[in-house]
Amino acid sequence: MKHNWFSSTAGVATVGGVIGVLAVLLQHWGNPPNMGICVACFERDIAGGLGLHRAALVQYLRPEIMGFVLGAFLAAFLFKEFRPRGGSSPLVRYVLGVVAMIGALVFLGCPWRVMLRLAGGDGNAIFGFLGLLAGVWIGTLFFKNGYTLGKTSEQHAASGWILPLVMIGLLALRLIFQPIEGQAQSGILWYSLKGPGAAHAPLYISLVISLVVGFLAQRSRFCTMGALRDVILFRQMHLFSGLIALLAAALIMNLLLGSFKPGFIGQPVAHTQELWNFAGMVVAGLAFALAGGCPGRQLFLSGEGDSDAGLFALGMITGAAISHNFGLASSPDGIGPHGMAAVFIGLLISMAIGFGHLKRS
Amino acid sequence: MPHEVDARGLSCPQPVLMTLQAIQSAGNDDICIRVDNSTSFENVSRAATGKGWLIANVEQNDGEYRVMIHKGFA
Repeated sequence: MKHNWFSSTAGVATVGGVIGVLAVLLQHWGNPPNMGICVACFERDIAGGLGLHRAALVQYLRPEIMGFVLGAFLAAFLFKEFRPRGGSSPLVRYVLGVVAMIGALVFLGCPWRVMLRLAGGDGNAIFGFLGLLAGVWIGTLFFKNGYTLGKTSEQHAASGWILPLVMIGLLALRLIFQPIEGQAQSGILWYSLKGPGAAHAPLYISLVISLVVGFLAQRSRFCTMGALRDVILFRQMHLFSGLIALLAAALIMNLLLGSFKPGFIGQPVAHTQELWNFAGMVVAGLAFALAGGCPGRQLFLSGEGDSDAGLFALGMITGAAISHNFGLASSPDGIGPHGMAAVFIGLLISMAIGFGHLKRS
Repeated sequence: MPHEVDARGLSCPQPVLMTLQAIQSAGNDDICIRVDNSTSFENVSRAATGKGWLIANVEQNDGEYRVMIHKGFA
C-alpha cells in the first residue's frame, strides 16, 4: 500500500502552512486585502463576471477557482484517485450550496476567508469564526443522530469530467475576453472597474498558485469545515492542524509584509455588525457540514470526479447570483436590505434538510 | 465472525462514525470495514488506531478497501 505523506498530520499541516503563505502572497500581488483566497467570494465574482448578477464591484472570472478544480483533477488523475461518482441526493446538495453562499455573503467570506481575515487582524472575523463553529456543531448533532444524504454510486467517466471541463471552458473565456482598460465589458464577460472585483493578481500567477493549492489540497484532503467538525465530533486534531497552520502562516506573512492591521472599524471588505457576522456563518457552517465539506473541499472533490460536490459548487454560484440580485449580500456598509430574512430562511432550509435526512432506525 | 462495517459509497464523517460505533459494540471481536475511496480508508484507519486498535490486514481491489482491525492490548 503506497503511503500518502500529504494525508498525514504533518502533511496536512504543511499544506495548510503553504496555503497560508500563498494566500497572503496573492494579496500582495493584487488580490483584495484579507482575500488572497476566498472560495465564496471568488465564486461570487465568477457569477458577476458571467453577468448572473450585476453588482458592479464584484465581477471577475477568478482563475483561482478553475485552478483549484484542475489542480485537484491532475493530482487525482496522477495518483489514480479519479473516481467518477455521484447520486447522493444531488438536488439537496445543490440547495445546500445556494444556502451556504447566501450565509457566507452575509458575513462576507467563506471559512478560508474567516482565517485570512483573522490573520490580517480583522476582529469582526472572530464573530464569523464563532458562527462557523456553531453551524458546524449543529451539523455534528445531525450526524450523531443518523443524518445521511445516502450513498454515492459509480458514474460514467464522462460525468466526472463535467466540472473540470466547465472550468477549462471558463478559463478559455477568460483568455479570449481579456479585460480592457476602463471598460466594464469585454465580449461576453463583465469586469469590475473598482472594488474587490477589480483587485486581482496577474492571471498566470493566480492560475499557477491555485493549481498548486488544488494539487496539494487533493493529496492532503485539506478541509476547513472538516477541521472543526472532526474536533467537535471525534476530538481529532488531524485536519485542524492544517487550519491552524494556515492561520499561523498567513499571520506571519502579514506581519512580515506589513499587512497586519488589527481592529474592527474600516477592515477591508468587512462590516461590523457582530450578530450578522455570526449568524451568516452559522448558516454557512451548517450547510457546509451537512454537505460534507467546505467550499474548497467541494471543488477538490469535484476535481476527483465527485459530481455531487460539483453540483454544490454550482449551487454556490447560483446562491451568489440570488444574494446580489435580491439584496441579501452584505457590503462594508452592513448587511443587505434582505440579509436578515436570508439568514432566517437559510437556517430554516438547512434545518429542514437536516431533519429530513435522519436515518430511521 | 468479525463485525462488518459497510461504508462504501459514504463520505466523511460517516465511515468514521460507523467505525467508532462498531468499536464500541464489538468487544474483543475483530471488525472488517469496507470503504471505496482512499480518503475514507485513511480516515477509518486513523480513527481505529487512535482508539488503540491495530490494522491487521488491508485488501485493496478495484478501488475498494477491506480493512480488518483488531483490538490492541496495552
